[in-house]
Amino acid sequence: MTTAVETIQDTPLEIGGRTFQSRLMVGTGKYPDMDTMVRAIEASGAEVVTVAVRRVNLDRSKESSVLHFLDPKRIFLLANTAGCYTAADAIRYARLAREAGFNDFVKLEVIGDEETLLPDVAGLLEAAKVLVQEGFKVLAYTNEDLVTALRLEDAGCAAVMPLASPIGSGLGLLNPFSVRTIKRRLHVPVIVDAGVGTASDACVTMEQGVDGILMNTAIAAAQDPVAMAQAMRLATIAGRAAYLAGRMPRREVAMPSSPTRGMLD
Amino acid sequence: MDVVINGEHKRVTPGASLLDVLSQLELDPRAVVVEHNRRIVRRPALGVVTVNEGDAIELVHFVGGG
Repeated sequence: MTTAVETIQDTPLEIGGRTFQSRLMVGTGKYPDMDTMVRAIEASGAEVVTVAVRRVNLDRSKESSVLHFLDPKRIFLLANTAGCYTAADAIRYARLAREAGFNDFVKLEVIGDEETLLPDVAGLLEAAKVLVQEGFKVLAYTNEDLVTALRLEDAGCAAVMPLASPIGSGLGLLNPFSVRTIKRRLHVPVIVDAGVGTASDACVTMEQGVDGILMNTAIAAAQDPVAMAQAMRLATIAGRAAYLAGRMPRREVAMPSSPTRGMLD
Repeated sequence: MDVVINGEHKRVTPGASLLDVLSQLELDPRAVVVEHNRRIVRRPALGVVTVNEGDAIELVHFVGGG
């Protein structure tokens, strides 16, 4: 399927000195099988793909590295610190991830609450400062709080990633106003991460003017992940295009689209 | 000699290097990152760092995640 996006004047997404053509980033968790994951990533058109750091299974009878299925030459691996509840743990995981030797980018997560998986912003800022100091390009997963986002930018984060709604919830963009505010005030890229449920959520999110969007469950847990990945690719492009096009003003009353003059007596 | 690898007690030959440990576990050193007593050991050093009784070794890699 082709789209007429060639007519849209857009600049590439630039984060930490790297440029990307796709504004959609995808995760690699929770897929029914690796073949579906590979085909979904392909269909999404994403260049940035997130992975997690975990212990190798010593009996090796179960899962093997996700790298057996992904080509790091074709995609940009973005390691996360998912599952970390303290700054110290997140720093430890980030260092291990960097040692794998692909890049010095990290999607920094410091979780503060098990039920909501909302970030611990104090721990997040603490870890961000240390990792930036160590030369990491930090993409910080945070909530929709402007002040936290500003502090993360001040700390030297390469991108700030406010959530649309809680991780894996599929509730969509709950607070467009706050996300717009963050986008307006920050200079570094703003990538909305987590909470998207379906294509319209991705589209509405991109219409806020944010630089990109990251999702995992919305694709992986769809009935047909490959088809949903394609839908998300199109929705991300559509939302971005609509933002660049500039929407019409909202009106509280109707205005006819057809001429009011020239009507028959 | 007893060491703890990824939280499990394992027997390794006394005087073994980290590279020997990986080899014993049939793991490709290029496919894992090694943390030895909380300190990351880079690949070129795996053959020279030896393990001692009770050492904690973590072997990690990338898995699917969001």
